[in-house]
Amino acid sequence: MIEIPSGVQVPALPEGTTVLAMRYADGVVMAGDRRATEGYLVAHRRIRKVFPADHYSAVAIAGTAGLAIDMVRLFQVELEHYEKIEGVRLSLDGKASFLARLVRSQLPLAFQGLVVVPLFGGYDDRQETGRVYSFDVVGGRYEETDFGTTGSGSRLAKSYLRTAYDPGMSAEEAAELSVKTLVAASQEDTATGGPDLTRGILPNVVRIDSTGVTEYEDETLIPYAQRAVETIR
Amino acid sequence: MTFPLYVPPEQQVREKTEFARKGIARGRSLVAVEYEGGVLMMAENPSTALHKISEMYDRIAFAGVGKYNEFETLRKAGIRQADLMGYLYSRDDVTAMGLATAFSQTLGMIFTRDPKPFEVEILITEISPDREHRLFRISYDGTLYDERRFVAIGGKADQLTEALGELWREGMTLAEAFTACAEAFQRAEGRESEGWEIAVLDQANGRRAFRRVDPAELGG
Repeated sequence: MIEIPSGVQVPALPEGTTVLAMRYADGVVMAGDRRATEGYLVAHRRIRKVFPADHYSAVAIAGTAGLAIDMVRLFQVELEHYEKIEGVRLSLDGKASFLARLVRSQLPLAFQGLVVVPLFGGYDDRQETGRVYSFDVVGGRYEETDFGTTGSGSRLAKSYLRTAYDPGMSAEEAAELSVKTLVAASQEDTATGGPDLTRGILPNVVRIDSTGVTEYEDETLIPYAQRAVETIR
Repeated sequence: MTFPLYVPPEQQVREKTEFARKGIARGRSLVAVEYEGGVLMMAENPSTALHKISEMYDRIAFAGVGKYNEFETLRKAGIRQADLMGYLYSRDDVTAMGLATAFSQTLGMIFTRDPKPFEVEILITEISPDREHRLFRISYDGTLYDERRFVAIGGKADQLTEALGELWREGMTLAEAFTACAEAFQRAEGRESEGWEIAVLDQANGRRAFRRVDPAELGG
């Protein structure tokens, strides 16, 4: 059992940890480590926290994994449903507003310690730019000018990005930086899992640009992870 | 005291059928044919905003002819059911068969209970990796037909089916299928088309197999 803010006891549930999203020259890169924890235990080593939401956007989750993954599933269905019914996609801002409402609908659970806080990123085909949104538990929606992080290692990830981030990066540079940032966070936060090259566990990294959402293959990420592990002290 | 006028059921059905058929015959027709990559759906439609063909689920498409607001209501209900089933269970549990029977039930119920039947005919198509594609036709009274290879709905359905019987070939490319359908329309209508609405369910499109096709792409 874990202590939660309101003093109510709930069973230890898997928690997703560090995810991040950053804008680069042509769009957005989003990444997440693969660990879920239950208190001080590792619950899952290969959990997925970054999901394509539709053709032009992706969502990354932190917090109570069970609720968060179902929220993503509902979000994906709702976006596709809107697109099929109306014949056009929602605007990126519209998608972010909708996600904010889903987060707010969890508010009573959040007060009981079951918090879900996503990150949303996508390519805005009307403004022809990548955009990143972060949220809080009451459904507050905040557009970030350059990057956003959430989860247990988010402060560490943010500090790292603060010095290393450059808005003019290429997709490859942004993807490598995202892996580095996760490795940096995993050095200080026990709930964040670093890359495990012997087991083949690598972060989930996606890129969103004018062509849509592309997921990075493990083969591409292995050299990034190797360099990150070697360089980060 | 007044009594409601008694109308024998035979007469009621006959009159409703005649009414629905007349309504459908006023609109333009639509065909769906199998080709090497999946299923091609094609309708004569001068409007680029009001669609007769639409995506329903990953591998399932919907097409309707007749009164626009009526088949649009059915289309939306179908998408809602498909998305709900896929969310509650699994995406694999959404099938054309399930949707077609639901449409059949709805249309059948409206035909018998409502004073005015729906003046529509609809088509549910589904592609399958083993090429056992599904073409379900549902008429205004809810009758469900399981068709093979090609199917036509609308006022000129009989003429189109007859023409496609001669023109359809196994393993046509998309361009060949388009040409065959255009020829079938030409024979059935006896005039040039006022614009095509074309969509495909193609195996090559990934999870969401539906794609709208610009007639210019096919040289039409």
